[in-house]
Amino acid sequence: MSRGGSHRARRAGDAVAHPSDPRGTGAAQTVPGARRPSVLDGVGGDPGDLVVEARDLSLRFGGVTSLDGVSLRQRRGEILAVIGPNGAGKTSLFNCLTGAYRPQQGSVIFWPQPGRPAELVGRRPHSITRLGVARTFQNIRLFPALSALENVQIGTEVRQKYGPLSVVLGLPHARRAEREGVHRAVELLDLVGLRHRTHELASSLPYGEQRRLEIARALGTEPRLLLLDEPAAGTNPAEKRDLAALITRIADTGVSVLLIEHDMGLVMSLATSVAVLNFGRMIAYGPPAEVQRDPAVIEAYLGASADAATSAAGPVPTSSASAGPTSAGPTSAGPTSAGPLLDDAAFDGDAQGGPGPGSGPVGRKELG
Amino acid sequence: MTGPSGPSGPSGPSGPGIPGQPTFPSRGGTGAGPGPGPGGVDPGALDPGETLALTTRGTAGPSPSRRASLGSGDAPSSDSATGQAGSPGSVGSAGSVGVTSGGWEPGNRRPPWHPAELFSPARLRLLGVMVLVGLLAAVVTGRTGNSDKPLQAAWDSIVDPRIVLFLVLAVALWLVVVLGGELRALVTRLATPVRAPFATAYGRRGGPIGLNLVLLAVAIIAPLLFSTAAQQSMVNDIGIYALLALGLNVVVGYAGLLDLGYIAFFAIGAYATAYFSSQTAMPWHAPFTLNPFFVFPIALILAGLAGVILGAPTLRLRGDYLAIVTLGFGEIIQIVANNADSITNGARGAFGVPHLSIHLPGIDYTWGIEPLPYYYLLLAIIVLVMIAFGRLERSRIGRSWAAIREDEIAAEATGVATLRLKLLAFAIGASVSGFAGVLFASKQFFNPQSFSLQASFFVVAVVIFGGLGSRLGVVVGAVVLQGLAFYLRDKVQPADRYIYFGAVIVVMMIFRPQGLVPSRRRRREIELSEAGIGGADALGPAPTGARP
Repeated sequence: MSRGGSHRARRAGDAVAHPSDPRGTGAAQTVPGARRPSVLDGVGGDPGDLVVEARDLSLRFGGVTSLDGVSLRQRRGEILAVIGPNGAGKTSLFNCLTGAYRPQQGSVIFWPQPGRPAELVGRRPHSITRLGVARTFQNIRLFPALSALENVQIGTEVRQKYGPLSVVLGLPHARRAEREGVHRAVELLDLVGLRHRTHELASSLPYGEQRRLEIARALGTEPRLLLLDEPAAGTNPAEKRDLAALITRIADTGVSVLLIEHDMGLVMSLATSVAVLNFGRMIAYGPPAEVQRDPAVIEAYLGASADAATSAAGPVPTSSASAGPTSAGPTSAGPTSAGPLLDDAAFDGDAQGGPGPGSGPVGRKELG
Repeated sequence: MTGPSGPSGPSGPSGPGIPGQPTFPSRGGTGAGPGPGPGGVDPGALDPGETLALTTRGTAGPSPSRRASLGSGDAPSSDSATGQAGSPGSVGSAGSVGVTSGGWEPGNRRPPWHPAELFSPARLRLLGVMVLVGLLAAVVTGRTGNSDKPLQAAWDSIVDPRIVLFLVLAVALWLVVVLGGELRALVTRLATPVRAPFATAYGRRGGPIGLNLVLLAVAIIAPLLFSTAAQQSMVNDIGIYALLALGLNVVVGYAGLLDLGYIAFFAIGAYATAYFSSQTAMPWHAPFTLNPFFVFPIALILAGLAGVILGAPTLRLRGDYLAIVTLGFGEIIQIVANNADSITNGARGAFGVPHLSIHLPGIDYTWGIEPLPYYYLLLAIIVLVMIAFGRLERSRIGRSWAAIREDEIAAEATGVATLRLKLLAFAIGASVSGFAGVLFASKQFFNPQSFSLQASFFVVAVVIFGGLGSRLGVVVGAVVLQGLAFYLRDKVQPADRYIYFGAVIVVMMIFRPQGLVPSRRRRREIELSEAGIGGADALGPAPTGARP
């Protein structure tokens, strides 16, 4: 209650206090370096342009701090990538944004339309989805015994209003709504390239197609903000290219995409901004090329090995060509020598423990 | 290069992995690792087992696929990377892929009627179990013993010639089980086109309309062939329980909520009838008298309301807890009805509730003591309820229920208002139960005995026996189980009757856990959850039913 109240007060002063407030609370305490606040400032200059803003989110499980004062802003239509080692709190952040977890502190404001803010913290997940925030899961969660079409239909029918009585009586508006739901679902299956799988069971689809089906289901709810949790995990290069094209297409339709991804190539080629989490804190935020050069990121995330540079250059052909060389400089000069490969650094980040700037809790399980 | 790849040198696959790398596009991105090992992994043939391997790879070591996609951009470093990062992953995943693809390959198995296949240890064990069950059945159905020689009766039953019949039945059942899957596969292969698991995208029918009409005709004609006692039973037991089971099917079968106090809503409907339609049935009565027909909507709403009141605080609970709470609710209602002498007339029950009657200009009809008119009224109501629930099941509401059953978290994240929909299922089920209560009460007499815990369990048994989520199934379940009860009425002592029910249900659950006439969706869910897919990802399996 009191939290809601304090938030409302904040929101009331939004127009005036907006640029300074998050910097004062979230940014200053999270950033060890002095550089990052300016980056965050650059992002959210105009509040009317934002689609979502998380302010000072903190999430603790007992003694384990999963998120520690994370602030995040995303502009409308932007593809924002959240990266970070395993256990950095990326999925926890997603779960806070979608209502699966309720952070102990902080607020999330979402603008389905410009000028119409809505507080997400404290809402139940389905009502957040109806507001226009859809998500996919890191470990695919389809409805396995339903067909691909039915899976997407669940999404497309979410906003339909007709009740059981109209269904039982077969009223025309219920039938029409049902047909529309099917049409939209088929369109979405087309969009993700699964038209030929319409009537097959979700569980019988190959892995990559299940991922795309999950995206179609999320899109069925007509989101303004789409959260993709590692959409490229376990997909092959060709599928990754398709996926990148699909995400670009989705963003082109005006849907803002918030992306968790470990594949640096994909991140660098797709994202308009990148946020880096480590130990539940945001350590960098900015355009991909800048983040790549950020010493804090290289230190904490990329593992400071020569391989980091190559991987950052990325396998996806559309990757920014300049990214590789520029980041190669600082990386090759990094401290560790024979050291861990990028993957080790990226995926076993917790194991390194020490170098983390916050020296936060270690050995945390990734949630979700 | 040599540094990192050194440790991984001895492990074989890393070597071939590097030369194999240029051909990465042909690997179909299965992430099968650079290992040449099992090879031939068809990307189209990715099965769930493999996706499991991929998931672990995705989080633990996605490096090989990514490295592979790097191409020849930076030869030395990527090579070494593949050498090191690739090999540990590839060993593990290659192994797992090999296992899964081996497991799923049809291969050239022997036909199941081949002696070596037929008498495999597992099947012999099954035969042994069958024979034991046969012996048990022979003992149970045999003579009643006395306390002096407790084992004499059992021994007599076993040496009785009847034993041959039981043993033949046991072997026959064994054969059906052993060869049944093969036969069923053959039938379905012949009957269904390869790639049309469902009829159409739009309005899929519940079943072939012709079959439904035949069944309806049978239901209309059948009572004419039976004695009055049988007709009475068809109304009181089969009809009412079919209606109750249809209602409970919404709760248990569609929404996946185990409700063990379901009969309480039935009681609410019955007592509402007594309260509103008679001045004399109970000490407590309405100041006015209504025709029982007008009590239908009242009971519908009252029972639905009771469902919502009970459900609102309890539906947040998962599976087992909900079952306990509803169990308690059922008991409370029955005990109150039994003890509130000054209100409900206590254990004596309500007497003289008026029969259903229609008084309209031109029509003047009363459902009297004769069972047949009641039967047809019940039949009409049951058919209407079945049609209504069929529509509900195929609608967005039914799909949402299916989604909740299969993965509640994903359903919630897709925007399904899970709590509200569960509450809706609860209310609909309760309403139907209340409706049945009015029909039950308007046969003039009832007492709290009818609302016992046993009755609740019996409805649950009917639903599970008939087939969770299958409308036709639960009606058939009511016919079979209550038919069995009627058949046993004169042949077995009342106390023994439940032994037969128990045996039938146990056998059923072992050999046909999806029920007599399973719903397609539910059968798929059970198959998938047995294969470890359905609900395996969620916090647990669907609260009830999915896991027999």
